[in-house]
Amino acid sequence: MKFEKKAEGRFLLDVCGYVCPHPQLYTKKALEKMKEGEVLEIVFDNPSSGESIAAMLDTVGDEVMERTKDGGKLTWTVRKRRAA
Amino acid sequence: MENIERKNLVWVFVIIGFLSLLSITTYQMHEYYIYLTAYLWFGFVYGMCLQYGRFCFSSAFRDLFAVGVPRMAVGIVIAMVLFGTVSAFVTATGNSTFHPAPYGIHSVIAGFIFGVGMVLTGGCASGSLYKAGEGNATAMLVILSISVSQSIFADIGGWTNNLVPYAWHQSAIAKGLPAAINVGDGWMDQFLAGYVWDQPVLLFSQWLGLGKGFVGAYVGDVFVGIVLPASVLLITVYFIWYRKGYLRKQTEARRPTSGLRVELAGYWSMIMASKRTAIAGLVLGIAAGLHMYVMKGMQLKFGVTNFGTLMKEMGITFGLSAKGTVFDPGYWYVTTQEAQWVGWVFNKLGANNMDNIYFGLENGLPNPLINPADWMSLALIGGAAVMALLHNEFKWKGTTRELAMWAIIGGALMGIGSRLGLGCNVGAFFVRVSQGDMSGWLFGIGMIGGAYIGVKFFNWWTERKMAKEMAACDI
Repeated sequence: MKFEKKAEGRFLLDVCGYVCPHPQLYTKKALEKMKEGEVLEIVFDNPSSGESIAAMLDTVGDEVMERTKDGGKLTWTVRKRRAA
Repeated sequence: MENIERKNLVWVFVIIGFLSLLSITTYQMHEYYIYLTAYLWFGFVYGMCLQYGRFCFSSAFRDLFAVGVPRMAVGIVIAMVLFGTVSAFVTATGNSTFHPAPYGIHSVIAGFIFGVGMVLTGGCASGSLYKAGEGNATAMLVILSISVSQSIFADIGGWTNNLVPYAWHQSAIAKGLPAAINVGDGWMDQFLAGYVWDQPVLLFSQWLGLGKGFVGAYVGDVFVGIVLPASVLLITVYFIWYRKGYLRKQTEARRPTSGLRVELAGYWSMIMASKRTAIAGLVLGIAAGLHMYVMKGMQLKFGVTNFGTLMKEMGITFGLSAKGTVFDPGYWYVTTQEAQWVGWVFNKLGANNMDNIYFGLENGLPNPLINPADWMSLALIGGAAVMALLHNEFKWKGTTRELAMWAIIGGALMGIGSRLGLGCNVGAFFVRVSQGDMSGWLFGIGMIGGAYIGVKFFNWWTERKMAKEMAACDI
């Protein structure tokens, strides 16, 4: 697992190689620690984790800005929700 | 369905072609092989459904507790209602192959151990099979760990005999089992014959005194045994995990946020969010009900109640139990056949593991090539692989040291839980609940409790790792 700051307000979480529940747990923890409006790039290769992450983001209201797929590797760019 | 890669399509034809060829050639060898072929193709359908719906019991409860996602839990509950509705017809017409299990505190404890294990591994017993079909090496390791641990645990003796209460020992001896079964030696044997067999067996239809006909099956087993508890579960899930997010979306869209109509719409939206799992559950439910029907039909056609009799008629006697039987559940089952294939290997390597109840008296240790339920599990992996290939989701994926460690530990816990509970998330929970068997809910309560503790542990574990990574990021 790799978590790093790419730029101000922009982070990368790489959980390739991990199976459930690790990708969704690390995503949740990363987003919890980040500030509102900051962006997280999640890189993972476990498709079923993707469905849990999507449902989790939908529940809390975080926005998936972009989804890309390169072979089995998925990259999602997520902006943490700003409270209304 | 997205564009299927050509090499994937080739593999789909290879898998289906192989299974078809196996079905035809074995039938030409002997008509009794059609019995195994029936298991095989139902296993194939189960695998396709599981992969399509990402149908995983571990995910169901783990995602609920870990990340507040109810999708899979809702889908599985719906699938149980559908499976129960289909199989109630089979039961009411006297064609069910289902046998209820004794219930007691052991069902809860077994479910708890299993629940912790399935969170650690990342997949339940059936989930690991379909993930193996996606090319996941960690899932394959989980299957191996479940198989080995069950096989060892079923035959465990030595110092564990000291842990057996004397009353169990006496009760086990008093059962008068065949001399080939050394029932006074071995923890599992004394647990089974000295404790489990003395526990009551209860279907909801019996409990309510409704008999075995349509009223008993649909009112007792389905409505009271599944629909009512499932409704309570779904309403609980809605209020604790789903409602808040739904009302937030309503607020953002400037739509009403209170009133019965809003709550009902929210509840329906939760059900529809699980559509993919529910569709898989619907097909799975129909297939599982039909499976019972077909296996009963096979038994009537050949005039037997167990495949062991047909094996004997084919001249194959190795691995038959003391009763002349082999494991032939007549419905969807996962773990016993896994214990058997490793048990068979141990036996071939010289282990004396036919003197216990599990292998020696009940299930036998047939060659995996002629083990009915093994055909089902292997075809299940094939079915999952086909579905994964059709969605370009098949990918050989290795494991890491950390994941391998969780796979081995969690798999062992699932193996032990399965033997204590006489089944896994499928055999001891999904199938039993769907048939109105009281023991199914007890296993389920334990499994949910175990999943909760497993999630607590993983929360602590991942928090630790995350904190180290974040320390360098100024966050």
